[in-house]
Amino acid sequence: MTMVTIRIPTPLRGYTGGRDEVEAAGDTVAEALAALGAAHEGLLERVLGPEGEPRQFVNLFVGERNVRQLDGLGTRLQTGDVIAIVPAVAGGNDECEGKAAG
Amino acid sequence: MNLCSRCGSNVYSEENATVSRILRIPDVLRARLKAWACTSYPHEACGLLIGRSVGACNAVVDVRQARNLRTERAHDRYEIDPQDFLAADRDARHRHLELVGVWHTHPDHPARPSSTDLAAAWPQWSYVILAVGQAGVSEMTSWRLADTAFEQEEIQS
Repeated sequence: MTMVTIRIPTPLRGYTGGRDEVEAAGDTVAEALAALGAAHEGLLERVLGPEGEPRQFVNLFVGERNVRQLDGLGTRLQTGDVIAIVPAVAGGNDECEGKAAG
Repeated sequence: MNLCSRCGSNVYSEENATVSRILRIPDVLRARLKAWACTSYPHEACGLLIGRSVGACNAVVDVRQARNLRTERAHDRYEIDPQDFLAADRDARHRHLELVGVWHTHPDHPARPSSTDLAAAWPQWSYVILAVGQAGVSEMTSWRLADTAFEQEEIQS
């Protein structure tokens, strides 16, 4: 089984006891994430949706490449690969804001 | 409560706002954010805050500007380029620091979080908003996600 490192963003470190990266075994991104989820209860639900796809505001990178540009969760891993869970950081103005500000 | 006129969601709460959460950011870094905000106007500017999170305090040590992927709506939307996120995260790790927050601007709008901000918010991070117009930055606020709404936090130097 391939051993990889998974980097955990600050907002999700509550699930890993404050650790910023963990080791996981898996031949694909999906397998490594499943191992991550088995070791850290509640974390996987923040990363993957009910159908097992990456959530809207989550990007998954292997090295410098988004898995969406590779083979998605089926992207194959090599020993030493680093998977980064990258929160999509987004926002902006909308009509709600004008109302909220009174 | 401040409800969205369209969806009815509670965007942020002033009534229940707590001052126990603090964002500490040195004046020199505030000045850098304001300069970026003015340079980018009338487009939104955005970036990341690097520092330390200690208890209820997020202490900013450095700031980064990031590329806004929402070029088609740069006047009222932002999405930080994930490559810039990875670079800032890598830099923080090398310095034994972490990403403690996000900053962005609201051109010609108040420094209050929108429902768009809320939908994409993550816990623990400080969300700094700068209201910027032709005359410059008029207000800078900071917010944290508390359950399902934002709460304003105090900004200290």
